[in-house]
Amino acid sequence: MPVESDNYFMQSDESIRQERYKPIIPAPRKWPVVQLSKNSKQFIEEVIDDTFDRIKEVKSTREELIEELETTLYREKLRVKRNPWKVDPPDDAEFWAGLRSELASITGNPDDPAIDDKLDELLKTIISRYANEILSKFKPSSYRFARSFVKTGFTRLLNATHVKGWSALWSKKYTLNDQLHIVGETEHIRTLAQKGTIVLLPTHFSNLDSILIGWVIHSLGLPPFIYGAGLNLFNIGIIAYFMNSLGAYKVDRRKKNLIYIETLKTYSNVALQKGVHSLFFPGGTRARSGHIEKKLKRGLLGSVIDAQRINYEKFPEENRKIFVVPVTINYHFTLEAPALINDHLKMMGQERFYMENDEYATSYKILKFLVKFFTKGSSISVSIGKGMDVLGNYVDDDGHSYDKNGQRIYTREYFMHDKKIERDDQRDAEYTKILSEKVVKEFHKINRVFSSHLVAFTAFKILQKKHPKLDLYNLLRLPDEDQVILYEEFKEEFNFYLDHLKELNKKGEVGFASHMNQDVDKVIKHGVDNVGMYHAKRPLIFTKSGDITSENLNTLFYYHNRMMGYGLEDLK
Amino acid sequence: MDSKISNNDIQPVAVLGAGSFGTAVANLLAVNSPVYLYARNPEVVEKMKSSREHNGVRLHERITPTNDLQMVVEHCTTLFPVVPSSGFRDLIHKIAPMLHPYHVLIHGTKGLDVQLESDVPFEEQKVTKKQVKTMSEVIRDETVVVRVGALAGPNLATELAQGYPAATVVASPFNEVIQEGIRLLKNDKFQVYGNRDIIGIELCGVLKNIIAIASGGIAGMGMGENSRGLLISRGMMEMMHIGKFFGAEPEAFMGLAGIGDMVTTCYSTYSRNFTVGNRLAKGETLQDILNDMEEVAEGVNTIKIIKKLTESAGLRAPITENLYRVLFENQPVNEAIDTLMKYPFNIDVSMPDRISEAT
Repeated sequence: MPVESDNYFMQSDESIRQERYKPIIPAPRKWPVVQLSKNSKQFIEEVIDDTFDRIKEVKSTREELIEELETTLYREKLRVKRNPWKVDPPDDAEFWAGLRSELASITGNPDDPAIDDKLDELLKTIISRYANEILSKFKPSSYRFARSFVKTGFTRLLNATHVKGWSALWSKKYTLNDQLHIVGETEHIRTLAQKGTIVLLPTHFSNLDSILIGWVIHSLGLPPFIYGAGLNLFNIGIIAYFMNSLGAYKVDRRKKNLIYIETLKTYSNVALQKGVHSLFFPGGTRARSGHIEKKLKRGLLGSVIDAQRINYEKFPEENRKIFVVPVTINYHFTLEAPALINDHLKMMGQERFYMENDEYATSYKILKFLVKFFTKGSSISVSIGKGMDVLGNYVDDDGHSYDKNGQRIYTREYFMHDKKIERDDQRDAEYTKILSEKVVKEFHKINRVFSSHLVAFTAFKILQKKHPKLDLYNLLRLPDEDQVILYEEFKEEFNFYLDHLKELNKKGEVGFASHMNQDVDKVIKHGVDNVGMYHAKRPLIFTKSGDITSENLNTLFYYHNRMMGYGLEDLK
Repeated sequence: MDSKISNNDIQPVAVLGAGSFGTAVANLLAVNSPVYLYARNPEVVEKMKSSREHNGVRLHERITPTNDLQMVVEHCTTLFPVVPSSGFRDLIHKIAPMLHPYHVLIHGTKGLDVQLESDVPFEEQKVTKKQVKTMSEVIRDETVVVRVGALAGPNLATELAQGYPAATVVASPFNEVIQEGIRLLKNDKFQVYGNRDIIGIELCGVLKNIIAIASGGIAGMGMGENSRGLLISRGMMEMMHIGKFFGAEPEAFMGLAGIGDMVTTCYSTYSRNFTVGNRLAKGETLQDILNDMEEVAEGVNTIKIIKKLTESAGLRAPITENLYRVLFENQPVNEAIDTLMKYPFNIDVSMPDRISEAT
């Protein structure tokens, strides 16, 4: 029977942070990720071969292949010229120019009997280039170093700000776990990690998430996961070091051509087949609006389905199962919020071309960001969901899937047609949609309501109701004097939403942070004090008379968005 | 079990529900495969077995009538549930424990499922989209089966039984299911089209019954073809707008299951829904009409649900609203028609906005 963990939502932060988890696989040499990097040559060969087969399948005629190669080489030429990055290999321009003239000479000689072989060879060269670019360079030694650096470094920073005096730097009074509350299905995940391959799918709000989640994985005693990190992050020396050592592989968002995307998907796919635990941010990039992700990127999620099917196909006797685990991360305060929400509003407002600006593009800035976060940061909550199979059915501790009536499901049977496992890409694409919907639903369920998000939601809704004729953009330009909300009015509205959330909580559709379990005035105060607390202009403050007003409606809108998707927005 | 089926290499398929449409579907399927035809009532099964006919329709020799659900679900991977919408959820719920993810379910039921709040009288119910489900959604709700399809199109059971040329639409988000439907159903006299918009196609079949009742009303009043043309085109717009609310693409309504089925049903005296409207217009009461119909006219229930739903969603559906008054509030048919004629329609065609494709 699937276990409905009733007490899951009730867990208090205090009881959680005392727990310590022993590593489930103590010897690093046995970690799947270590095995992978040891055999990386063979692994890369497999990725190249699989990718090659896939592309040949889609581009089956000579003409189609030539067209694909031409497009790819042309786009690479533009990229090298217009958008070069520090992290690009030094021979980038030369390499792509070389391939262009090679392609020209092949297609210039259409009567050559070896033309198809030559085209295939060229395709393989490109795939091989991409695969090697993507490859993660995991080293257990630097993993250990990075891990202890994160731990001691942050612990010291924390103590320096919370405990007075010089000795604070070496105080052990506060540990990272005081700031970071890991709740939910922790034991379950540890068990599953020994029964199959885990795919962690966290929500993504801040640049900090990758490091944070790395820490969570470590403190749960799980072996390191591999994950795709934006290549832009590797431009930054210090981050690149951590990324490499934590098992990150590189995702270059500048490259949108089919060959690259297929290589990337195959990379993740083959790693999953090898039983390497993986982590994707399924929303793609940080959620600019502040919403919990509603739409997930189908590409990487699809590779999970694909890998599961291949596992069933290749190993009919074994039950090599992949478990999907949604995770939500909650902060009172996202440092990048002002920039993110402005980007979002810009994108919504005008459909014009939009260039991603990297606001944390140097080691200095990123370090400053981390210091600020950990010294000023208020509590962070990481909520681990239940394991699901690749169709989104919950699994028990043995990794068996069950439907909502508690009936056992054999996941293998989803891929069967006429009593055998059969590949059907269109079917897999539909399954990806189903999985995506289930993950989004789960995000909302395991998400924990923070006081700060609910006060932001309440305040923004009140302003919206007061000015029903204003569209979003005009509302965000509301004059200061119209932004004041009387405390009693605020409290009434806050209670209204809180009651609704409590109903949802009873049905298991949302969680509450433990700071929500106090009297309403305190919760409101906690929320107003914490929401976006270190922004220069605060989303909400108390006025002298004890009423509530905003200093920055854009960030208020951002934090308000976190409570969207629960039906609160439709309440009259 | 039965020698005809177990000795055959071809995979058997099953039709669940031996109403007139279920029997027609079973006869179509039997051209290509052995078929189990499930009926709930053991006496009906015995009668079918001995007489080899059902409600005056001959059963194809490859059809095996049965009362054994468990056996049918175990033997067949593709099942065609064809029972009235009011009993659909119960049937699906009953077979749910026997179903596996490898099963394919293609239903042929043209009604909606509504889950009302208990102990609130219908008049006071507030019906939201969450409570109203198409049959494919019911299957997804109740079972582990994901590969679900729907049959829709101008398929009057009486004409199918006579073997006239006809066609149907198999709708499913899965190509695999569409292909399976084509493989099983297609023959020299029966063409099969595929469509990915399953909700759209289901709604075509469901909503056209509303318009069919109205069409019967117009015929019963002896109002002629101009008014029927008017009704069909306005009805189409109404269907598309309701469809949009459910997330259906307008294209579905342009095809065989949309305009094709609607024209057929609006002109056919064989149609039960048409008959309801026709007899109402001639002065009979709804209760009397329903009492002597052997099978359900889905349109009656559909009108109830859609009226409630559009009301709470703030949508206008003038044809449905007026039919509701005729059926349940004793408004005379001619008054309803007067209201509709005065309704401030002035735009001929306004396509509902495209629902942007989810990426």
